Amino acid sequence: MEVLLVIIIGLLHACGLYMLLRRSMFKMIIGLILLGNGANLLIFLIGRLVKGKPPVIEEGMKVFTDAYADPIPQALILTAIVIGFGLQSFAIILIKRVYNVLETDDLDELNSTDEEL
Amino acid sequence: MTNPFIILPIVFHMAAAMVLLFFWFHVKIQKILSMVFSCIGLAISSWLFILNWQDGIQVTQAGNWSAPFGITFAADTLGTTLGLLASISLLAVSIFSTVSMRAERLKFGFFPVLHFLIMGLQGAFLTADIFNLYVWFEVVIISSFVLLTLGGKKAQLEGALKYVSLNLLASTFFLIGIAFIYGLTGTLNMADLAIKMPAIENQGLVNMTAGIFLVAFGIKSAIFPMYFWLPASYHTPPAAISAIFAGLLTKVGVYALFRMFTLLFVGDNFMSITLSGLAILTIIAGGLGAIRQQHLGKIFGYLIICHIGFLIAGIGIGSELAITGAVFYLIHDIVVKTNLFIISGFIGKLTGSQLISEQGGIYAKYPLLALLMAVPLFSLVGIPPLSGFWAKIYLVQSSFEKQEYFIAFAIILGSFLTLWVIAKVWTESFWKDQPSTIRNGKDWKSFSFQEKLGILTPIIFLSVCSLYIGLDAENIASVANRIAVDLLNPAEYIDGILSIKK
Repeated sequence: MEVLLVIIIGLLHACGLYMLLRRSMFKMIIGLILLGNGANLLIFLIGRLVKGKPPVIEEGMKVFTDAYADPIPQALILTAIVIGFGLQSFAIILIKRVYNVLETDDLDELNSTDEEL
Repeated sequence: MTNPFIILPIVFHMAAAMVLLFFWFHVKIQKILSMVFSCIGLAISSWLFILNWQDGIQVTQAGNWSAPFGITFAADTLGTTLGLLASISLLAVSIFSTVSMRAERLKFGFFPVLHFLIMGLQGAFLTADIFNLYVWFEVVIISSFVLLTLGGKKAQLEGALKYVSLNLLASTFFLIGIAFIYGLTGTLNMADLAIKMPAIENQGLVNMTAGIFLVAFGIKSAIFPMYFWLPASYHTPPAAISAIFAGLLTKVGVYALFRMFTLLFVGDNFMSITLSGLAILTIIAGGLGAIRQQHLGKIFGYLIICHIGFLIAGIGIGSELAITGAVFYLIHDIVVKTNLFIISGFIGKLTGSQLISEQGGIYAKYPLLALLMAVPLFSLVGIPPLSGFWAKIYLVQSSFEKQEYFIAFAIILGSFLTLWVIAKVWTESFWKDQPSTIRNGKDWKSFSFQEKLGILTPIIFLSVCSLYIGLDAENIASVANRIAVDLLNPAEYIDGILSIKK
């Protein structure tokens, strides 16, 4: 299970970086989304996976006696997903506006702010 | 010392933003309320600063979950000082924006978003939990995205796209760094991390994490290879928005670097060499970039990059004197950079252009205004006894003590490049005759009284602040020195956070 997740995380990061390096604005956003999801899965994996051990103390006990799943990474991912979702939707709307105003999807043509006047 | 009121700056600015949201259609009321709230915010920040100065670090644990299990807020000297400076910038910008921004921009919630931005900054300065730092960073960047795109001009959208995409990338890197740190230590509380980090056997992995954090904060604070978004975006929005960005947004990245590289990733030779090298390159790249530009906003944008290099150099050298110098420079830089962008907006209004080749004649026409504008321009260069001079003395002295001659050379070179650039701006837009071809500037006499007041008050306020920093350097140096001592000996910080158990 861990190995599978490692491969998926690697793939997500690789694809994300590849997409970021393309010249299209749209692909850039896709790349950022893939990278964000890769990072979220990384947090999930790095909090150590345990199968079928919820972080709930058994009845009548006061402390954990057995290994249990760490709830913190899941709380972190939940927050990160929500934040990432908000930022990504902002970015998507922004590229739509940029596309409407500049009528191009090519990042190389977005150079008017760098031009020497 | 437990004190639940230290989150007051955060809560207050959130409440202020929410109150402003209720007056969405009444821009005039928003203007007045924003100025009032900024004054109260300044009072709260000053109170917190004085409280910390007298009683030491103040801590509060959210929901009474003792550290390291709960969320901790800690007000130490670095955090409260930066919070105070953020409030000073906010007050100046909220006054300036009432007259400099067009009504159609103000209608789309400029003031509420401004207060949300400051809420995020105050949160970032006060949190003692690395994941919460990430969350506050996101609050800051989403607010800055909105401010940057407000109005939706072509250049603004283009600059915003570059700014947004690189900041999202930086946030992802930050998140990856957090994942590694949690995997290595099993905690996210900064004080707890400071204890657990040195005990990790595999220090190579720690260095790799440090590298990831360096990239994340490096993009945000615009250090050498990752600064290209800054000159492409900072000059595109109106001057009031650029001013708050220039003063505070890159500095929050530097703040995070200060925290991380003095608390968590310490004592590693490779990292301090990397930081020193990046600092030298940042100073040179920023300075040379500024020389080449003609656009006033871009010139100051490149100067931001150049001066971020000074701050990073302080961390790179790492001695107490160097950190003192860097913190002193940080205090001076926030005030002066905010002032510079306000002034660039003002000059643009007077001469009708942002290009220095098309400006001119300000000195002949308005000698008193020119004198006023000279204060921040020459403070930036650090002509003694104005602010900036003392910080550079500290930095150069400490680099000689540590025999880091390249850094000393870079700092001196950076200062000369700044001097050259400011001299160029001064001769072009102040001394030179105004070119007769372009005349769409507005005469100072035709400004209404309210406009004059709204433009002059923030400039005078910030100039007085930077004069104070320069002339009463001893007091500022003692603040900076206390911050440096706290950063290099984090025992008090760690104890303050961890020892509170109920």
